[in-house]
Amino acid sequence: MLKIYVDMEKCQHYGQCVFEAPDIFRLNSDDKLEYTATADDSERGNIEAAIDVCPMQAIFLVD
Amino acid sequence: MQHPVVIVGASMGGLRAAEALRRFGYLGPITAIGDEPYAPYNRPPLSKEVLATEVSHEAVAFLQRTATQDVNWVLGSRVVSADLEHQTVTDANGEVYPYGVLIVATGLRPRRLEVANGMLAGRHAVRTLDDAIGLRAELVPGAKVVIMGSGFIGCEVAATARKLGCDVKVVGPGTYPIVRPLGVKLASELQRRHESQGVEFFMKRKVVDLLGSSRVEGAVLDDGTVLECEVLVEAIGSHENTEWLQGNDIDVTAGVLTDDALRAVRASNGAPWNNVFAIGDVARFVNPIFDEIPRRVEHWNIPTDSAKRVGKVVATMLGDGVGGAAAAPAELNEVLNEGFAPIPSFWSDQYDMHILAYGLLGLADEIKLIDGELSGDCVFGYYRAGKMVGVCGIGLRSVVQKYRSVFTVEGGKA
Ligand SMILES: Cc1cc2nc3c(=O)[nH]c(=O)nc-3n(C[C@H](O)[C@H](O)[C@H](O)COP(=O)(O)OP(=O)(O)OC[C@H]3O[C@@H](n4cnc5c(N)ncnc54)[C@H](O)[C@@H]3O)c2cc1C
Ligand code: SF4
Repeated sequence: MLKIYVDMEKCQHYGQCVFEAPDIFRLNSDDKLEYTATADDSERGNIEAAIDVCPMQAIFLVD
Repeated sequence: MQHPVVIVGASMGGLRAAEALRRFGYLGPITAIGDEPYAPYNRPPLSKEVLATEVSHEAVAFLQRTATQDVNWVLGSRVVSADLEHQTVTDANGEVYPYGVLIVATGLRPRRLEVANGMLAGRHAVRTLDDAIGLRAELVPGAKVVIMGSGFIGCEVAATARKLGCDVKVVGPGTYPIVRPLGVKLASELQRRHESQGVEFFMKRKVVDLLGSSRVEGAVLDDGTVLECEVLVEAIGSHENTEWLQGNDIDVTAGVLTDDALRAVRASNGAPWNNVFAIGDVARFVNPIFDEIPRRVEHWNIPTDSAKRVGKVVATMLGDGVGGAAAAPAELNEVLNEGFAPIPSFWSDQYDMHILAYGLLGLADEIKLIDGELSGDCVFGYYRAGKMVGVCGIGLRSVVQKYRSVFTVEGGKA
């Protein structure tokens, strides 16, 4: 099981992560980021890609 | 033993290239040489939120992954020449690094104002962490700041300096700030919003001279106006860091020209070097989403996207690099044929404005408001010959995002 943590102080809700890991990240109707805090190991690649494209470098993966 | 993959430039592009090599299965030696003393860090915050608070390496450093822990980082070392025939690069201390594959990731450096009394204190560029540390120390409340250049970085520094209580004047060559690529409507609105925050603009003007003996005291404009100035920020564009590649059969006019596998091409006949690649800000490549014209694209997603492309090609070419077989020629050909068509994306934060864009806005011959209102949150569409080439919004991120899927290659490749 993977644990995902987004530093909401840093996150500016650009939603770039949404394109890389749509099952984990989404923008809600207020254009704010929402995410699922745990994921299956099979999502690792997508989450790492989301970490790479986050302009604020706000996403962290805790094994 | 096989010569290492040598990456020159240890910033975002260099880091992403090392990561991609490992992800695609290359386990052999990687050396990354960079002239800055710091491990790779994220530049965009240097003109934005980090400049407004405390600038430190810790605040901007990229996370280092375990897969790249054995990369040999040679930091604080400047590469001064390359010999592509003999496959070596040489640094300023005369150290020679043989390579199997060379990845050029040397990016850009700021263009500076050239004036007779150029050695004045108080002059700043904004590219490196050290630049930002130096600038931050002088952005004290009441400081008289003149910003040369009204592009993204100039405007971001203007917003940050206002937030810090400085007196801010912007001198720009265009009709409005960031008018290229934003267009007149959005750019004039942006100027209005900056003005409502107390920034003063001197447009269609440039700084031609500086006053002061040891420290800058004034900036002289081309119409004779003198602006009082204690801190001068020079955000007037950049030069490609390619001098170290000179003397080789390689096209470095306005960046390193590459093919669609990001392989550097020969100046003599346009054929690619099989083991020399360029990525990030310094690479000049064709993006088939738009047309056949090679361009450099100074957007943050390009180092990552181009590094992934190169990582896959090189890992396919070299195999695991520790004794395993490399891919068969057919497999390598398949990877080479995958093409490269990254969707340019950028963002900018100024005051409470969050600007988000996709595409190449500067190509447009027609710009339309497609959502929201100009005075508030709004989205503009950018079209060339009726086809969308860009989208840009202030706020309304999910609307902007919906258009991202428009940017695909006609015919489907890549
Ligand atoms: C202040 C600022 C704000 C920005 N904001 C945004 C933004 O909001 N949105 C956006 O999309 N983009 C933004 N960008 C652009 C983005 O940061 C760049 O596209 C990105 O940094 C490019 O990465 P790179 O690795 O290609 O090049 P660089 O980051 O320029 O890295 C090149 C590295 O190579 C080193 N080097 C150069 N020559 C040599 C040599 N001969 N030997 C050894 N090392 C060498 C350099 O010192 C540098 O460390 C911003 C850039 C800056 C400077
Ligand atoms: S990409 Fe980063 S900043 Fe953007 S919404 Fe995702 S976590 Fe937030």
